[in-house]
Amino acid sequence: MAVKDYIRKRFFPHIWCPGCGHGTVMNAMIRAIENLGLEKNIIAVVSGIGCSARINGYLDFHTLHTLHGRALAFATGVKLSRPELTVVVPMGDGDACAIGGNHFIHAARRNIDITAIIMNNSIYGMTGGQYSPLTGYDDFATTAPFGNIDPSFDVVKLATGAGASFVARTTTYHVTSTIKILEKAITHKGFSVVEILSQCPTQFGRRNKIPSVVDMLNSYKTDTTPIGSKEKEKNPDLMERGIFIQEDRPEYCTEYDKVIERASKGR
Amino acid sequence: MKKDVVFVQGNEACVRGALYAGLDFFAGYPITPSTEIAELLSRRLPAKRGKFIQMEDEISSMCAIVGASLTGKKVMTATSGPGFSLKQEALGFAVMTETPCVIVDVQRGGPSTGLPTSVSQGDVMQARWGTHGDHAVIALTASNSQDVFAITVEAFNLAETFRTPVILLLDEVVGHTRERLVEPKAGEIDVVERLKTSVPEGTDYHPYLPREDGRLPMSDFGGVHRHHVTGLAHDMWGFPSNKPDVVYGLMHHLIDKIEGHVNEITRVKEFFVDDAECLLISYGSAARTTRHVVENRRARGEKLGLLELQTLWPFPADLVRERCASANHIIVVEMNMGQILGEVKKVVKNPDGVFLANRIDGGFITPADVLNIIRITQGKGV
Amino acid sequence: MDKETTNKKVPDIKRDWCKGCGICVEFCPQDALSMDGMEKAILEYPEKCNSCGICELRCPDLAIELK
Repeated sequence: MAVKDYIRKRFFPHIWCPGCGHGTVMNAMIRAIENLGLEKNIIAVVSGIGCSARINGYLDFHTLHTLHGRALAFATGVKLSRPELTVVVPMGDGDACAIGGNHFIHAARRNIDITAIIMNNSIYGMTGGQYSPLTGYDDFATTAPFGNIDPSFDVVKLATGAGASFVARTTTYHVTSTIKILEKAITHKGFSVVEILSQCPTQFGRRNKIPSVVDMLNSYKTDTTPIGSKEKEKNPDLMERGIFIQEDRPEYCTEYDKVIERASKGR
Repeated sequence: MKKDVVFVQGNEACVRGALYAGLDFFAGYPITPSTEIAELLSRRLPAKRGKFIQMEDEISSMCAIVGASLTGKKVMTATSGPGFSLKQEALGFAVMTETPCVIVDVQRGGPSTGLPTSVSQGDVMQARWGTHGDHAVIALTASNSQDVFAITVEAFNLAETFRTPVILLLDEVVGHTRERLVEPKAGEIDVVERLKTSVPEGTDYHPYLPREDGRLPMSDFGGVHRHHVTGLAHDMWGFPSNKPDVVYGLMHHLIDKIEGHVNEITRVKEFFVDDAECLLISYGSAARTTRHVVENRRARGEKLGLLELQTLWPFPADLVRERCASANHIIVVEMNMGQILGEVKKVVKNPDGVFLANRIDGGFITPADVLNIIRITQGKGV
Repeated sequence: MDKETTNKKVPDIKRDWCKGCGICVEFCPQDALSMDGMEKAILEYPEKCNSCGICELRCPDLAIELK
């Protein structure tokens, strides 16, 4: 199969702005699924609300476009009731870490076998450019006209602290490693978090004086470094990328099967 | 044949009714006075290979059951006022996506934290209009364990038949009162199964194209038809559309499929209604007190009657209008400040002639509360 | 074009999907792509293309497929 066999072609060209990183995330997602040779009927993609959330309308899987911040809660219902499904939950930074923060930490705590993709463009794109919990200090947004003072989350630490058993960070510049990471995340039996820095030229780039899409992508190259690299020691401000956590831990649906066995014997 | 007689709270009768109806998946969050429902199901669901999960809040509980329902399961959640408020957005999502599910609201004193362990029926209008936007909804209620069992099975049947969320309004008294329940055998009450599409693989399946009989066959997530479900206004394929004609058709479909079938959805119980001069209209635990008064007074020759509503929404306007036509006086008995009173006033010829016997202080409404109002209609003092 | 370049896989660009973001042009290691007057990416120098597929991978519009 090829990429075009995984999309609902009738809805292209897609809704995202020229140069939006979310298209590249979708591209990488499809290639990861293609490389894994997964059967389309067993894949459910559950999204919330926002630019990122429109991703599953384009994908020829079981697709559920839910409420802002609640994708993981819907996905928990899908996964627990049918554990044989591969459940992928793409979210925006607001979806996952603002309104959806509570569901994010609890899905991680449970270690339910869901792949959460956080498409981090440091802005609320759909609603026109407000700052989010992942917007940087002093960055500009329509609701931070004098520079953002909100400290932002470190999604990797947040996910790790909450108990996710697979945590990775990558960017839309590093396309090939993004595909590899997504393959591992989807295959991983447990709650997988993949933060993908994804450029938003229209709302973030323009407002923060980054001349072009290419400059935004290049900044993902210069501002990040592989985990534990020497550059990180020399320049602690660099954002580390790669796979931070990859552990086998009891997975929620498998544990619940044990509950069912105990309950059935208990009669 | 020996009947299964058990002595259970209304909350347990609801659990038994849900299991009888084929409940597969429950997600909930602890909140008085509904927690027993979650506790019982955490034990009984896995025993029949069903799934129970306690989510992180009421919002995620409501979202989780919608997700589970879409995979082909019969689902339920249970809460009380504060949790019911939190669930409204996701309830609206179930309305828009036409996802069968049952939401139990064991009402307590409100608003806000209110009276957690006291009875009230103050969520009736929230059940109708809690979620935003024009929409239709089904809300049922019952006044004792036997009826709670039956109405719970009805809730699942109507949810499947009309592909809609069904709200089950219980209250602290019905929920916690322990009383006799004769448990029907399998097959005694009919159970409507999930209507699944017969469209073969490879043929296009329209998730939202009703059949001639108005039913909407479903295809499970994980099945052979990969389709899209969204809370956005959508076309019959399930994909977003904001074209006025598509939205117009969708809105009328969502509302007419329920408001156009009120008779099929209406459940009432009638006690001495036919020759009642003074007709009392009540529901839920308030109907227990009202029935006591009616039966007690009937024995003294007073022509009282009780129309007990088990369907609150869609409001059975024609039936209420018709039953009220022959009565000289109408009294609505409820534990709120007149939420069903208002609906009755809308459908009778003489709205000013409709009285309210109510209680809003957290206490359970007593026969005296009702008798005082009856005396007023008879021109006597209290 | 000689035999060698004809069966070589080169990017086929769906013009109506391409939104002219310029990513493919910028990151093509052979500088085989460029933007035309309509702000659409085109394979201006097919002979330069070495079928590496970076453009196909990077395109946010899924407009490019090597054929």
